[in-house]
This record gives sequence, C-alpha cells and structure tokens, in this order.
Amino acid sequence: MVDIDGLNSFEIDVLREIGNIGAGNAATALAKMLSKKVNMHVPEVRIMDFKNVPDVLGGAEQPVMGVYLNFEGDVEGSVLLVMDEASAHILIDMMMGRPIDTNRPLNDIDLSAVQELGNILTSSYLGALSTLAKLDVRPSIPCLAIDMAGAILSVPAVEFGMTSDKVLFIETEFIEGSDNVRVYFFLVPDVDSYDTILKALGVIQ
Amino acid sequence: MPQLIKVGMADLNIALYPDVLTTIGLGSCVGIALYDKINKIGGLAHIMLPSSKDIKNNSNKAKFADTAIVSLLTMMLENKADKKNIVCKLAGGAQMFALKNGSGNNDILNIGVRNVAAVKKVLEELKIPIIAEDTGGNFGRTIELYTEDGGLMVKTIGHGTKII
Repeated sequence: MVDIDGLNSFEIDVLREIGNIGAGNAATALAKMLSKKVNMHVPEVRIMDFKNVPDVLGGAEQPVMGVYLNFEGDVEGSVLLVMDEASAHILIDMMMGRPIDTNRPLNDIDLSAVQELGNILTSSYLGALSTLAKLDVRPSIPCLAIDMAGAILSVPAVEFGMTSDKVLFIETEFIEGSDNVRVYFFLVPDVDSYDTILKALGVIQ
Repeated sequence: MPQLIKVGMADLNIALYPDVLTTIGLGSCVGIALYDKINKIGGLAHIMLPSSKDIKNNSNKAKFADTAIVSLLTMMLENKADKKNIVCKLAGGAQMFALKNGSGNNDILNIGVRNVAAVKKVLEELKIPIIAEDTGGNFGRTIELYTEDGGLMVKTIGHGTKII
C-alpha cells in the first residue's frame, strides 16, 4: 500500500508529470473554449499537512469555488478543483466575453458556466492519467459548491485522512493576456489505486 | 482582553474564562464544544472521521470522534473542570458535495452524517448531555465557544449567523 508520506522523490516526480500533462490538457481545453491563447506555469506538486492547506487559499474562512467529481474504472477516486473567487470571476468573465469585474455578483448562468468549466478542466486532467497510464477512468457528473475554503477542502482532507495527515495537490496557474488564474487540483485515488497508477506507469513492480 | 484560541482541523484545545475557542470552516467535520458552566472551562475539538478503529494511521487522537472526545474531556478534568457540570454543543457534519449519480464514494461524501452519529454515540457513553446542535445541511460553518456563558456562535456564508 502506498501512502503519501511514503512516496519517494521519484514517485512524486511521476505524479508531477501527470499533473503537468493534465494541466497542459486543461490549458488547451481552456484555450479552445475561450478561443484565446492560454499559457501556464509548470504546475507545482505540493504535499502539505492538511491543517495548513486552507492558508494557501487565503485562510479557512475565505470563500472559494470547488468542483468535485469522482471516477471509476481501473482506478477509483475523486478530483476536486478549487479556485479563489477572483480567479473564478476572471474565468467566467472571459467565457462570457465581458470586461473582467471581480465584484459582479454571480448569477445562475455564471454558476452553470463555471461548473461546466470545472467539468472540462477536471476531465482533461483525468484524461492525462488515463492516456499516460493506459487505464480506464470514467468520471461522474461534477458538482459545484461555493463556501469557506476550510469546509470545501475538508472533503479531500477526509479522503486523504484515512491514510495520512497530509494531502497531495497540484497548483497550476493559467495566464491569458494580463490575467492570471490560479487553480488547485486535488487528485485523490483510493488507497489501492495509487498502487495501480504507479504500477501501470512502471514506477513500481 | 479575552484571547481567541484557534483549533485547527483534527485538533483540540481547552480555554479558561474569559478566553474564546474557535474553529474555522467546518465542512463534513464536526466541532464538539464541551463546557463546564460552574468553573467556566470550555473545550473544543474539530474531528474529521468517526472512528480510530477503522484506520491504520490513527496516532492523531484529535482526528477521530471516539478518541478526541475522551482526550478533550481528560484535558478539561485535569484543569479542574467537574464532569457533572459538563454539557455539549455540536456544529458541522455537512455534506459539501452531492453527486447526482450517487455512485462510488458516497461513503465519503456522507461522512458528515456518520461523524455526527459517531460523536453522539460517544457522548452518550460518557453521559454528557447535548444541549444544542446545528448540524447537517450542505454548507460550511465557523464556530466560537465563549467561556463566559457557554454560548456557541455559528457563522456561515449565506445561511446567517446565530448563537446556540
């Protein structure tokens, strides 16, 4: 059984590479959707005590947007995409072709758009895992929540919490023109699926 | 000036009058507030999972309903709280995401409900009465326990603020 505390630097590199390709796919999907050139920074894989994770998003009480889905197939688990409110506003305004205004209240169409966006980003992300590891990965319909960072992040924290006091997540920054959007992916394979992924990639026997 | 003492995720602490205990952004986790009204001693735990017995890595006692409540109670009694005065208030145990197809990780998504049930069972075994609770729903909560009177403030985004 693999747990996060026990991952060596080579295994982390592999997960980083999946993150890299996943984020690349996500950036391409985003660029297609916006019909604009979207750049990205090399994603950063971070392993952190779960109690410190909300600080990355500006504190446990900060409102953030989360899109969650689970997946089945050769591997099982869940993906949570989290972004702060400002990033969500920027993405929605880009999709709607409006000037960016992070103070605009979000309406139902905006929320539905951001859910769809979360769907596309998480699916392209999982697509990388599926292609690289040649595994069958079938995602569920995603669902959206806007709430305190601590409350949203408790979902992956609980899932990781079954085996560890740490979480593994990937921080990606998309850049379109002068706007930077920071997105966090929490990929939580269930305990056996870590093994399956690392085996499928030939990292462990 | 009362100090504001923060309790993190999978963490617990106690406070003496006039200090205030807080935990921020409870989702499916449950905040367990114990209070001795005579000695004005409060205790707060932020648990994540129902039982330490199901989990291999269970060294952090504050993470689980069964071990956290016992540790918190012990800590309060060591600080001159009296078991017969102690009452409990609960908050949290929400389900942050509800998947429409209901497949796969339902056990994880409904962990909030299971957390609340586990907490209640432990409190019953310890004969600590629950005098108020604000649990369930699909939204996060921040709580503050005032050692002055045992009031528990529950703050949310979009679902108001109240004292229970």
